[in-house]
Amino acid sequence: MSSRCHDCVGVALALGLAVAMAALTASCEREERDTKAPPESQISVSSVALSPLQPGEASAPPGGSHRSIEENAFNLAQGKQLYTWFNCSGCHAHGGGDIGPALMDDQWLYGSEIENVYATIVQGRPNGMPSFRNRIPDQQVWQIAAYVRSMSGLTPATASPSRSDEMQNKPAEQSMPRQEPKDTHP
Amino acid sequence: MRGKPVWSIGLIAMLMVGAGVAKAQVTVTAPASAAPADDGNWVMPAKNYASTRYSELDQINSQNVSGLRVEFTFSTGLVRGHEAAPLVADGTMYIVTPFPNYVFALDLTKPGAPVKWKYEPKPVSAAQGVACCDFVNRGAALADGRLFFNTLDNRTIALDAASGAELWKTSLGDINKGETMTMAPLVVKGKVLVGNSGGEFGVRGWLTALDAASGKIAWRAWHTGPDSDVLIGPDYQPFYDKEKGKDLGVATWPPNQWEIGGGTAWGWISYDPDVNLIYYGTANPGPWNPEQRPGDNKWTGGIFARNPDTGQARWFYQVVPHDLYDHDGINELILLDMPVGAPGDAPGNRQTRKVLVRPERNGYVYVIDRTSGEVLSADPFAYINSTAGVDLKTGDIHYVDAKQPVMGQVVRDICPTAPGAKDWNPSAFSPRTGLIYIPHMNVCMDWESQEANYIAGTPYVGANVRMFAGPGGNRGELSAWDPVKRAKAWSIKEDLPLWSGALATAGDVVFYGTMEGWFKAVDARSGAELWRFKAGSGIIGQPITYRGPDGRQYVAVLSGVGGWAGAVVAGDLDTRDPTAAKGFAGAVPDLKERTNKGGMLYVFALP
Repeated sequence: MSSRCHDCVGVALALGLAVAMAALTASCEREERDTKAPPESQISVSSVALSPLQPGEASAPPGGSHRSIEENAFNLAQGKQLYTWFNCSGCHAHGGGDIGPALMDDQWLYGSEIENVYATIVQGRPNGMPSFRNRIPDQQVWQIAAYVRSMSGLTPATASPSRSDEMQNKPAEQSMPRQEPKDTHP
Repeated sequence: MRGKPVWSIGLIAMLMVGAGVAKAQVTVTAPASAAPADDGNWVMPAKNYASTRYSELDQINSQNVSGLRVEFTFSTGLVRGHEAAPLVADGTMYIVTPFPNYVFALDLTKPGAPVKWKYEPKPVSAAQGVACCDFVNRGAALADGRLFFNTLDNRTIALDAASGAELWKTSLGDINKGETMTMAPLVVKGKVLVGNSGGEFGVRGWLTALDAASGKIAWRAWHTGPDSDVLIGPDYQPFYDKEKGKDLGVATWPPNQWEIGGGTAWGWISYDPDVNLIYYGTANPGPWNPEQRPGDNKWTGGIFARNPDTGQARWFYQVVPHDLYDHDGINELILLDMPVGAPGDAPGNRQTRKVLVRPERNGYVYVIDRTSGEVLSADPFAYINSTAGVDLKTGDIHYVDAKQPVMGQVVRDICPTAPGAKDWNPSAFSPRTGLIYIPHMNVCMDWESQEANYIAGTPYVGANVRMFAGPGGNRGELSAWDPVKRAKAWSIKEDLPLWSGALATAGDVVFYGTMEGWFKAVDARSGAELWRFKAGSGIIGQPITYRGPDGRQYVAVLSGVGGWAGAVVAGDLDTRDPTAAKGFAGAVPDLKERTNKGGMLYVFALP
């Protein structure tokens, strides 16, 4: 019993160390700052489909390849700040919506992938979403897009913002229950 | 707040019904020149230039109103907030809808009132992105066989009322600066008076007069900037010293801030033909965060009297200098002639004065001499803790220090809230009771100022706001206000905020709607509920009444929840974020369970 217990402790210690190391490594990466903007060639907004309906043989759904951006806490924290600074909050509040639609729910008028959100910010949308093309640096658009996904819990909790600088309105993004996206077009 | 039985909502608080109700009020009247004898039509949202929203029709009265039933309905096919008043002239009803601002003419001479014509202005869709508080429209105006209305994308359009043919359209603003138009025009002496919206976008406010025949701009008065732009000249004779000085529209702002300083005009205009002055209010300064605009911020948050021919200002009274709470000064101005004296004065000591009565966003009923701009009284009609009265000698309002917004701090429990004790939704006045029927709110807020960045065409606010019910928990109230006694005669507490207009009739019935969809008739003298009807969607429109081609009296109202108060339903907002809809979501987290979207006209009559 006692020897087994010693073993247990040993294993537990080793496991704990491994977990701590992994967490440390992860938390190092989660803070990593990529000072270089993604090259423009990485995405052309015209490659982003607004509709999942594709005539003919179905191909892989577009988007999703830029998700690594939102695995980084620095990007999401920047995105959160920029979301206020560029007046996104003026129209979408802190996710509940206002002039524009809510961003913390499971409904995505123009697609839920980070590429869709990026394209929406850059292109604008006909019912009132302004086009921010050439108004916001590309890297910052990606950071805002990543943050927008964090509002409904779609980004990894290890990277999502854990607190807000402003008045407490709702749980921080890290604590938001994941809202499974429904790419609906009502 | 939730799960209250419906029948407990309409609790009637009989506050001060005295024996004198019937006899004391005959002395309060609307000037005959501004409120002429009733012809049974309803050609402007306020009914007349005095803005009484009172009809002399009395077929429907407090004795028989309980028999009111639906005569016909009409779907607008739209799901945004329907704030407009239907208009009626000579057997036709006219409705202007929220964006995309359809105009429908309904033929009242035929059974079921079929569509006579429909006009589609096709405003640009992007305009929806710069409309602060839903894509509403507050109505049209009829004059000389023409119908005038505004589109969300800043066009004023004149139609031939008989055919719906477009006579002219004039483009007046730019959505890329955040401008929209939502107000109902007023036609005075061949001029169509219109103003812009966009106080949450750093626009520069104005009122513009268009020639009713041609659509050409006759004059434009800006509400910030140099006197030459504001149309302040030799005619200008304000009552208070604080309104005097050169180019105050520049001097009371940080450098160049006036260029994006707000002061729009999206509410109501009244007109007194005897003194030839129009009266209207200017909206909030921008941004909401007051620390970014030290100074009085003229000419925002006040009331202008102007000559309609030239636009020249006669007087101005700034109700809220250096506004702290988004308290637009655009509410209705009811023109009355009434005895004015100190409280307790014998009636014989009172003089009859030409006044305008303004139930203000900040929670006071202002009685102002409309010839001079002197404030005669300012009494609270709702719970207030952010100000402590108005100094009638100087015209100054006393702000309470502890409730002033400070950047980086959450200032809690400010009453009334940003949309005020009362927003745009207009009151009615009955000369039979001498009472003003004020549909209003009881909502407070927490406010955190933040630095606002000006980016043209995007919101310029700089505040996080969350709202909640005020003391007592009822979020709405209909108050019958006695302007002579300067007190409430009675009031009805409503669970949800009141966002509909009121209508008073010679049948001693007052009509109003709730955001849950109840359309109610109450006794004008006692407030006792006489009748109610549940509409398909919450009511935020303005009820009217008219005499139909068959000689019967009808009552009409648009249902269709929305506007700032109903944005959580109209825009499918997520109320888990109480700051949604600029904080209104916090006050109405239950609204989505209580009503649904959908624009529908209801017209009622006795069998």
